[in-house]
Amino acid sequence: MIFVIWGIVFVVGIWIISTYNNLTALRLRVQNAWHQINVQLKRRYDLIPNLVETVKGYMQFEQDTLQKVIDARSKAMVSTGVKQAAEAQGALNESLGKVFALMENYPDLKSNKNVLDLQEELATTENQIAFARQYYNDLVTQYNTKRQVFPGNVIAGFFKFQPSEFFSAPEAEMALPKVNLSLQR
Amino acid sequence: MIDFAQRQVHNQRCSAALVGCFIVVFLIIGGAADYLYLDGFTPAGAPFPIATVFALGLATFTTLTAYYGGSGLILGSLGAEKLDIQIPEHRELRNIVTEMALASGSAMPQVYVIYDPAPNALATGTNEKNAAICVTTGLLTLLDREETQGVVAHEMSHIRNEDILLMTLVSILLGGIAILADFGQRGIYSARTGRRLGQKSPLIFLPLILLIALSPLIGRLLAMAVSRQREYLADAGAAQYTRNPGGLARALEKIRDAGIPFQKASRGTAHLFFTNPLRRRLDDSESGLANLLSTHPPIDRRIALLYEMAGLAKPAVRSLTA
Repeated sequence: MIFVIWGIVFVVGIWIISTYNNLTALRLRVQNAWHQINVQLKRRYDLIPNLVETVKGYMQFEQDTLQKVIDARSKAMVSTGVKQAAEAQGALNESLGKVFALMENYPDLKSNKNVLDLQEELATTENQIAFARQYYNDLVTQYNTKRQVFPGNVIAGFFKFQPSEFFSAPEAEMALPKVNLSLQR
Repeated sequence: MIDFAQRQVHNQRCSAALVGCFIVVFLIIGGAADYLYLDGFTPAGAPFPIATVFALGLATFTTLTAYYGGSGLILGSLGAEKLDIQIPEHRELRNIVTEMALASGSAMPQVYVIYDPAPNALATGTNEKNAAICVTTGLLTLLDREETQGVVAHEMSHIRNEDILLMTLVSILLGGIAILADFGQRGIYSARTGRRLGQKSPLIFLPLILLIALSPLIGRLLAMAVSRQREYLADAGAAQYTRNPGGLARALEKIRDAGIPFQKASRGTAHLFFTNPLRRRLDDSESGLANLLSTHPPIDRRIALLYEMAGLAKPAVRSLTA
């Protein structure tokens, strides 16, 4: 009889440890994915001044728009927290989208090799940010599901695992006009 | 969402089983050689089962080569080259691979190109950290950014699921089995062996001969058994990473309509590719036999499944003259 009880205690103990470790590992991956988004954002912050410098000479009459990009960039760089960051990023995206749309009016710009290179770099950075967010949200879904379904929720509740926040795309970003920057075939 | 951790465990088990089978096959063939040719395992024969030990050594050596140098050998045999970052298309490819690495949450693989007009792609390596993605220049010129992204996502999915481990091992070990089978066949048909065979009970060595004769087929079956399901799963994974099954579907359509076979691929490497480089009729069939013997699923079925994922109607069936 005593062996049976010890056996049950042992199995439950193993289960608690493995559930706890699973949740912790997943939480770390969520944090890591969040960090990945920031790496990509940093890349974009670095690219934006380059773009502005390159197109400045051509776009004499759009200084306002360019200034807006610079402002939005500095604002986004200091934002913290998932929600605030998402909003600041949305504003930056919107202003960048305007620049891309305006660039269509300047044929000289579209044939400039430097600008074309920068455009591909920015396009891929945009994509990379989007995919890093998507992966982050996938992980958050996985983590939050594990946290909430029985029997994992018992462990999560006992050890106080907090739910993670989704990175939701703000309205402004969803309305962003699609810019086709792919190479001509 | 595909549980890639489960797929990884599955693939690691399959790989371990494959290596186990491989070594056992070598041991049996070595033992058979000892028994038939060298009179081993009898008082009159050699005191030491030399062929068995040699076979074991060869098997170990091949396995280690396959594990540590497999991807290099494969890429070398296909003539893959490093990216030239000065070429805009190569830069775009590198960017696309970066995007898909982020989408799948894995490390950035090495990227190679093959200068060949046939549109195709493959992934190789043994784990996420030493993986490589290789794309032909034909694919880069044929497909637009979205479609290339779909193909790269498919290969990324192979990496994430650790299909590449099993695929790479199969490629190299398959070569090993074929070599040994050739030796075995030569031995059986020579007159000297015929005399020796008569002295021993046929019941014992008949299975051995069968094994020697069938070993190339066993190798083929292995390659076939592992591939079809994986391709469907990788397509699903690609749809998950890009959130755009249409891109991959269009890529498959373009590749199908281009219909250029990839000359550098051989039977040992065909199963690694995105679409079957050898273009065999069998691939278009969905029968049970084709399922067993073909390395790739029917391309039309893959396209239809992807359109279904995208929530679109099945595309018009291609006319036979196309």
